[in-house]
Amino acid sequence: MIVAERKPFQEIKDMLKDAKKVLTVGCGTCVAVCLAGGSKEVGVLNAELKIARKLEGKPIELGAATVERQCDREFLAELDGVIDRYDAVVSMACGVGIQFLAERYPQIPVFPGVNTTFMGANQDVGWYEERCRGCGTCFLGITGGICPVTMCAKGLQNGPCGGTNNGSCEINQDQPCAWQAIYERLAKQGRLASIMAICPPTDWRNQIPRTIVQPGYAKRKQLLAK
Amino acid sequence: MTESNLKKILDAGHFAFTGELGPPRGANVAAIMEKAKFLVGNVDSVNITDNQTAMVRMSSWGASLIAMQAGLEPNYQMVCRDRNRLAMQADILGAWAHGIRNMLCLSGDHQQFGDHPQSKGVFDIDSMQLIGMVRKMRDEGKFLSGGDIDDSPKMFIGAAANPFAEPFDWRVHRLAKKIQAGADFVQTQCIFNMDKMRRWVQQANDMGLTEKVYILAGVTPMKSLGMARYMKLKVPGMDVPDDIIDRIKGVDKKKQADEGIRIACEQIQEFKEMKGVAGVHLMAIEWEHRVPEIAERAKVLPRPKV
Ligand code: SF4
Ligand code: SF4
Repeated sequence: MIVAERKPFQEIKDMLKDAKKVLTVGCGTCVAVCLAGGSKEVGVLNAELKIARKLEGKPIELGAATVERQCDREFLAELDGVIDRYDAVVSMACGVGIQFLAERYPQIPVFPGVNTTFMGANQDVGWYEERCRGCGTCFLGITGGICPVTMCAKGLQNGPCGGTNNGSCEINQDQPCAWQAIYERLAKQGRLASIMAICPPTDWRNQIPRTIVQPGYAKRKQLLAK
Repeated sequence: MTESNLKKILDAGHFAFTGELGPPRGANVAAIMEKAKFLVGNVDSVNITDNQTAMVRMSSWGASLIAMQAGLEPNYQMVCRDRNRLAMQADILGAWAHGIRNMLCLSGDHQQFGDHPQSKGVFDIDSMQLIGMVRKMRDEGKFLSGGDIDDSPKMFIGAAANPFAEPFDWRVHRLAKKIQAGADFVQTQCIFNMDKMRRWVQQANDMGLTEKVYILAGVTPMKSLGMARYMKLKVPGMDVPDDIIDRIKGVDKKKQADEGIRIACEQIQEFKEMKGVAGVHLMAIEWEHRVPEIAERAKVLPRPKV
């Protein structure tokens, strides 16, 4: 899932300093699971804003809405007609949701309520870890299912480097060395040959905005055009 | 075209002796000249480090050119942390055009260690791929992209090896990979654990690797007990056994540097006789002025002329 972190309150408050009527929009999917931008977090942020602005003598009117997925037009449509009553919006979705919302309502300023941080896994409630950087050329098949682009501090494709320290990465004792883990897993599977071959330079596919059009979709489009 | 002195020395079967020079934290030419003075005539080639420990310094190629004026042959270090494949290839062309003949291809210490921890590490390609790229430029006359090079650089290609980092059993295979990628010579991490080094060289001999690559053993004289302890505890990938610490601790404080040099000379003596080792790379860190003495005591002088 996509993992995000609530922005510091002061930063959000500063972004909204000129707004009098604000709608805070949560997202019920990834950011709700990682406790950053679901309906509960929307409520918390609004309560904080309300008190702070009251104390400043600049009361603010706040609305709350949480849609199932902000990265999906179908769900965003619920906000049509509602959003026009506000002079600013705080979106607590990931960066994708925030942009999709801003795109749908270009007349209203949309501010981010979270810092979108990574694609990661749920280790426990409140503990998330990054696992993929969306490099576009997945080579987990070579590396025993452990991603060095993400988990190796240098993103090495032919590791480990000379800095590995008793299983830890050179950057930090608490960070396991991804390549040590790759080595161990492949050794257990009897597949070390897979990293004995040189992995050629990566074809970095994440340097321009990417679009995926599935063949089925393209076909449908073609048929419709006829 | 002048040829690499280091290559000629090694090809002729001489025991090579290389040094190291860290560029200044500024444009101080005199500082390079001062360090160079102690190295000229005492080493076959000098590694010019590239933003070592991720601290900004004069560029490696810039300092290499000054070292050449001082009469040294540079071994131009390049790390993958600070530039992408375009910048790397451009710099390699420029370096070659200016007469640089050796290169050492490295991943580089993580930027978090240096003076700009906020920077974006590039790591477009890794050290293995860099070696392969320099070889492709040399042997095929092509850029990484496959495009033709108009007058290609013919670098003598170096790589680093750390026989002490875990997983130990993998290290010799990594050496094999670097050779396959195109390394002509390898300089190792500073060696203190001689046992492990012997085992690693033995493995390399058994796999026939030492017939394909020149291994230069990395030697660093300890200046003091403080340095020995620091190296043991603080430097990633460094393996300093207790007997080294004990030996330095065992002598009077004023004699610690001397003891450090004595240990280094004993190591060099052993490497001269070790099958599979083609030379020594002396990393006298910020201790260039002691290199003449170390070279003398290690009996590697005079350097052969080839
Ligand atoms: S290799 Fe690329 S796509 Fe695969 S997990 Fe790593 S970053 Fe993600
Ligand atoms: S120590 Fe391991 S994880 Fe860290 S940079 Fe080196 S290879 Fe990557």
